[in-house]
Amino acid sequence: MVMQLIRKTGLLLILGLNSFAAIAQEAKWNLPEPVTPVARDIFQIHNQFMLVIFVMFIVVLAIMIYSIFKHRKSRGYQAATFTGPTTRSQIAWTLVPFAILLYIDFILMGIPAVHSIQLMEDTKQGAEMVVKITGSQWRWQYEYMDGEAEGIKFVSNLTTPQEQIYNKEEKGENYLLEVDNHFVVPVDKKVRILITANDVIHTWWVPAFGSARDAIPGFLRETWIQVEKPGTYRGQCKELCGKGHGFMPIVVDAVPEDEFKAWVVAKKGEMEAATAGADKEWTKEELVAHGKGVYEKNCAVCHQANGQGMPPAFPPLTGSAIVAGPNFDADGKLLVDSHLDRVWNGKNIMPGWKGTLNDIDIAAVVTYERNALGNAVGDVLQPAQVKALR
Amino acid sequence: MSYASTAGHDEHHDHPTGIMRWLTTTNHKDIGTMYLIFSLIMFMVGGLMILAVRVELFQPGMQLMQPDFYNQLIGVHALVMIFAALMPAATGFANWMLPLQLGAPDMALPRLNNWGFWLLPPAAILLTLPFTLALFGIGDGAIATGWTFYAPLSVQGGIGVDFAIFAVHILGISSVMGSINVIVTIFNMRAPGMTLMKMPMFAWGWLITAFLLIATIPVLAGAVTMLLTDRHFGTHFFNAAGGGDPILFQHLFWFFGHPEVYILLLPVWGFMPQILQTFARKPMYGYKAQVYSFWGIGVLSVVVWAHHFFTVGMPVPALIYFMFSTMAISVPLAVLFFCWIATMWRGSMTFETPMLFAVGWIILFGIGGLTGLVLADVAADAQYHHTYFVVAHFHYTLFAGGIMGIMAGVYYWLPKMTGHMYNENLGKLHFWLTAISFNLTFIPQFFLGLAGMPRRIPDYALQFADFNAVSTVAALVLGLSQLLFIYNIVSCARGGKKATDKVWEGSDGLEWTLPSPPPYHSFTVQPVIK
Repeated sequence: MVMQLIRKTGLLLILGLNSFAAIAQEAKWNLPEPVTPVARDIFQIHNQFMLVIFVMFIVVLAIMIYSIFKHRKSRGYQAATFTGPTTRSQIAWTLVPFAILLYIDFILMGIPAVHSIQLMEDTKQGAEMVVKITGSQWRWQYEYMDGEAEGIKFVSNLTTPQEQIYNKEEKGENYLLEVDNHFVVPVDKKVRILITANDVIHTWWVPAFGSARDAIPGFLRETWIQVEKPGTYRGQCKELCGKGHGFMPIVVDAVPEDEFKAWVVAKKGEMEAATAGADKEWTKEELVAHGKGVYEKNCAVCHQANGQGMPPAFPPLTGSAIVAGPNFDADGKLLVDSHLDRVWNGKNIMPGWKGTLNDIDIAAVVTYERNALGNAVGDVLQPAQVKALR
Repeated sequence: MSYASTAGHDEHHDHPTGIMRWLTTTNHKDIGTMYLIFSLIMFMVGGLMILAVRVELFQPGMQLMQPDFYNQLIGVHALVMIFAALMPAATGFANWMLPLQLGAPDMALPRLNNWGFWLLPPAAILLTLPFTLALFGIGDGAIATGWTFYAPLSVQGGIGVDFAIFAVHILGISSVMGSINVIVTIFNMRAPGMTLMKMPMFAWGWLITAFLLIATIPVLAGAVTMLLTDRHFGTHFFNAAGGGDPILFQHLFWFFGHPEVYILLLPVWGFMPQILQTFARKPMYGYKAQVYSFWGIGVLSVVVWAHHFFTVGMPVPALIYFMFSTMAISVPLAVLFFCWIATMWRGSMTFETPMLFAVGWIILFGIGGLTGLVLADVAADAQYHHTYFVVAHFHYTLFAGGIMGIMAGVYYWLPKMTGHMYNENLGKLHFWLTAISFNLTFIPQFFLGLAGMPRRIPDYALQFADFNAVSTVAALVLGLSQLLFIYNIVSCARGGKKATDKVWEGSDGLEWTLPSPPPYHSFTVQPVIK
């Protein structure tokens, strides 16, 4: 009987301990595992500083708690009357905590902090690759500026379906942290990153890289990464940038050198195929079918999947006079404030897409908007016509 | 106390009654009461907004609201809590207590005082009106940029931004008028013999706050006016395409925004040592050191602003300067902590509700201060910045350090103001519920931030779900326990055990020499300080 009880309690205890360890491992109590020199530096600093402030907190708290229990009226403690240090040695002892604090601020914490700033801001020295990242509402664009990958340029969109966000479907493993085109970098290479934005301020941030830098419209900022461990890393925009702020994640694939080379070849082939397609004659059905995908990925977040928009900020496309109007004048010149002009150049909050979408995508999405979503203008915009605008 | 019997009667002789009494009053206690009630109402309004946000964040996925409405709630929550709850509460105390503590009949500029208060309700209405207008199809709701108004997002925003700009203008005018009144009162209305270095700590805290307000509010007003002209009159202050710079806005905003933190906290730092000495039955430790620290913090607070946006990309020397100047604030702040604890040390302490709040306040504000020290580190800040780590940090300074401090003040002075004792047991229950649920709300947020959850997102990845669920449940408890606070205040105002003049065994200061509640014209004869 007693033995049984002991065995049962022991079993429960072991179960309990195991599940606690599992929870502690599962739950994230600290910064993610660092994979770049900067992140490693920050991780070290963070752990050290947390320890320092924890000790400071405990010491001060202990003194206070001692006083709370010892110096209370209910224990008959008589109040002292001192209002400051009086003797020389008292004054000296009073200064000790501040000397310790100054040491912590400017030496113990200060010196490593300066070193890590210098490391963080050393973006140019030894950089083997340059990539330009552009933030816009609400997607990231990556452009490889030099080396074998020069010319590769793509937009990276959230792929989590609306049904998951609005709880109509089971949420996937990488809910809100998944995109169509991953940003691919080779491991162990210092990548200098130039950052800017098209519309409002965004912040490009991957926690495992420790690099957060604001993307500021009209200015270039820079940072750098050197990923030391192959893998897929996920991050998010962290500057409030409008209603899609929570929906513009970053996914980076760090791959070995040869895999990166293979990716460059494949990506270039993909891009060539896309540009080649721009010269052929497309049928309306082909364009509408392709345009539906482009629309849902890029436009539906504001104008809604059914084209009804969210007035007054985001006007409806269904029945819109701009969509129904002509795109070109009699001489074949792009009309100001026409449908294509709005998509091409943007206006106010509507972004221009000439830099982010290719000719086929633009032609397809314009054709789709004119012939679907309850509209039936009937005409077709050929990718070649869009190409001619460039 | 020959005038004790006339207390409560002398307001009748030539004053209007009913609503006109409150609209036209120039009495410092009437105005102080209105400030405090306004603050309590707005505290509940701002609290309801953020509870809706927390409920939305209970689980991943969008359940209650659309992302743009979510963005409106977080921004208006902050503006309401800062400008319409915390600041008016501090001004309410200034109105009530400065004349009492300085031995004056009233504030120096009573009509300005009246105007200063009556600007607040219209400003609060302006701030929240766009929510209502949107229901009728006008505009697309309130300001959705967060309380920081960052351009160009705010240039792009709807009419909610314009409403918020005008609301901030009006609130700013009200604050500056209140500050002028405080400065003039402190410099001119002190009892004979009360030199500056003899005046109560609360007056010192407010004096520095008033100077900071006058120095920084005009900068904010200028920044939002530039924003207004960018939005409607074709200027390009914050638009790179027109030769402007979006980061200029951040510099201007935080030149106001960082001192604002101390504007909110200095009045609390002022009366907190008074509470500590009352319940420790021992004179305040290091009065001079505290006064000099106030000055030190006041001066430092206007030269550290850029630590709010280290990630925008700054030259290395600027980063190092702003890091070290920010860390330097820890020195005067440590002096204050030292003095507060030394005031308690070897006292004869009892733990009535104000003392409980004061002790809890030191501990929790300490956590806010220490995490702030780590945030000053530029490299580490790259990880913490704009995550829930920062959200937790500034709620430790502004909810624990600000609002819980104000609550300590309310319980401390409520018997003096109403003439009745509040319910001590309810007060203690309120403290414990508030302190525990506050920690359970915000400790998980430190871990959320470290795990990589950005702030101001309406929906989040699955790995953040557990901590968010805990935080939401605790936030609801925190919100509900404030109903106890209101109940306790209301029942205390209506009746209860009579308070003595001195109220507390260990109270020391001029306000405790008057009857509870004090007569309408506080000190008709100035007391003389030896």
